[in-house]
Amino acid sequence: MTDNPWNNTPDAEGRFGGFGGRFIPETLMPLVLELEGAWQEAKTDPDFIAQMHGLLKDYVGRPSAVYHAMRLSEHFNGAKIWFKRDELNHTGAHKINNCLGQVLLARRMGKTRIIAETGAGQHGVATATVAARFGLECVVFMGSKDIERQKPNVFRMKLLGAKIIPVTSGTGTLKDAMNEALRDWVTHVDKTFYVIGTAAGPHPYPQMVRDLQSVIGREARAQIIEREGRLPDACVACIGGGSNAIGLFYPFLNDKSVRLIGVEAAGRGLQSNEHAASLTGGEPGILHGNRTYLLQDDDGQIADAHSISAGLDYPGIGPEHSYLHDIGRAEYLSATDEEALDAFQLCTRLEGIIPALEPAHALARVGDLAKELGQDGLILMNMCGRGDKDVFAVAEHLGVEL
Amino acid sequence: MSISRIEAAFAKCANADHSAFVAYMMAGDPDLAQSRELLMGLPDAGADIVELGMPFSDPVAEGPTIQQAAQRSLLARTKMQDVLELAADFREAHSDTPLILMGYANPVHHMGWSKFARLAAKSGVDGLIIVDLPPEESHPLAVALADNDIALIRLIAPTTKGVRLQQVLSGVSGFVYYVSITGVTGAAIPDQQQVAKAVKDIKLHTGLPVAVGFGVRDPQTAKTIADCADGVVVGSAIVSQMHKQGAGSALELVKKLAEAAHGNI
Repeated sequence: MTDNPWNNTPDAEGRFGGFGGRFIPETLMPLVLELEGAWQEAKTDPDFIAQMHGLLKDYVGRPSAVYHAMRLSEHFNGAKIWFKRDELNHTGAHKINNCLGQVLLARRMGKTRIIAETGAGQHGVATATVAARFGLECVVFMGSKDIERQKPNVFRMKLLGAKIIPVTSGTGTLKDAMNEALRDWVTHVDKTFYVIGTAAGPHPYPQMVRDLQSVIGREARAQIIEREGRLPDACVACIGGGSNAIGLFYPFLNDKSVRLIGVEAAGRGLQSNEHAASLTGGEPGILHGNRTYLLQDDDGQIADAHSISAGLDYPGIGPEHSYLHDIGRAEYLSATDEEALDAFQLCTRLEGIIPALEPAHALARVGDLAKELGQDGLILMNMCGRGDKDVFAVAEHLGVEL
Repeated sequence: MSISRIEAAFAKCANADHSAFVAYMMAGDPDLAQSRELLMGLPDAGADIVELGMPFSDPVAEGPTIQQAAQRSLLARTKMQDVLELAADFREAHSDTPLILMGYANPVHHMGWSKFARLAAKSGVDGLIIVDLPPEESHPLAVALADNDIALIRLIAPTTKGVRLQQVLSGVSGFVYYVSITGVTGAAIPDQQQVAKAVKDIKLHTGLPVAVGFGVRDPQTAKTIADCADGVVVGSAIVSQMHKQGAGSALELVKKLAEAAHGNI
């Protein structure tokens, strides 16, 4: 899908340097090996690609626009800021790029039952949407705490015909939903396809999700060159598991002049122990099928993550980000709940775009970066989701009763 | 001593013409003292082999019973070091009964494969089962364990077939653990015919004993499975009894299960 020399990562064992791999129970090993073969075949099959591109265009609404955020640029009085507008996709976020590809693959493999985990609900909604489009059974695992803070998305999934399974084990957030989805998969191996929503999990998921999301970076790279006549100085994206970020970064990996900047959720502050910044505050470990940076205690137990944004509230990160971090190709910063809330309001007032709380984290660092790069600088930020789903949560944090 | 301790235990059962009964429990559930009481009593209650669960925060292959046991253990602040000390206490009191530690990769990885293998050997541990470490990922740990004469016990699932079955069974040690159902621990009742066929298939590729577990929860099922395997593992039922009624009652259950597995009912 790409002529990028970086496509020799991962290796045959699904390794990005020392990260990635397939750390899963034996029951699932034959399934992920089959999936790996099916994906390698599908992604080079012209019919499959044509079908996917047709739906990306007519159903998802791609290519998404790039937009010069002129008033924000003026506000920060520094570099020119452009948004890649993946929030304009059908279902309101980048998630559907991945779901569409995986559901098409599920059909190709003859699987009739789709399962997914979801945090903010964006991946669940996107999966339920594509499952509805193809008339497939869809079961979504969602932490009970997330169900509480993302009610509109829960209702949307139900309208789309998905069955929502509340997960109360652990902390009732995204990692627990993923545990439960894996348990379901172990139990229903024959007809089930697990649509993982981020660039993590056992091989081939990190690679497959990256392949599917890199449509973001491919489009954006061509668009920004067309509009500005040059590459950006920096690409910026928020990071939970990191699918929108890897999708933006991947086609720029060989452009050495382009800084790639991921922004993790610092929650109540990196010193507070209530954050979701796996790279900044974690260390390498093994969870959900891959070796990657994780928030964990001194005995290797996984720590609870915290973020105002349910979509970033995850103690791990996709293995390719761990690799890019360790080799220094990408930089990883963080933004707190407060900073994200401020950026959310700023963007809404100045640009008339209500961002999701997830990209609001990225935006929180864009201001500093714009000043650092100065007037000649050029920043491309992935506006990976819209904030309609977050208005209730934001109102609550601002002390407004709706 | 370690791997031969496992061999001796299976040989002893084979000589007595019955299957081995393998009892699983969670270390530190509900706390170290009470779990020690259960652990120490298992051999006399009839367990031929003991599997001691190492608690993990995110046990993806466990059903609710063992998930909650792990959470209780972690709430009681059980550390890996405590599990190893529990193992050492067991070894001091019971020189013949094999002790297998069972858990997930991250706490072991966090300690370091080699350090863990050394400490486990020092504590008298004979074998290790890491549920989320398939053969493709187990090389560094396998080397560390081999250096310390500890068996790395591999899991075979109903989905493991054909060429893969041969691959997974090459280089196994101790015994083979057949996961009797596609599902989490304690979830469904295994089908005897299917299990019998699977055990036969496994034995085409290895001379090692085959123990069967994951869905066995009562004496009747234990007996049925024991009839077609070298060992039968019960976990969730013991863990659940321990939680509801305490160690004494859990040991009573172990007695009944062991008698059933030994063909004495």
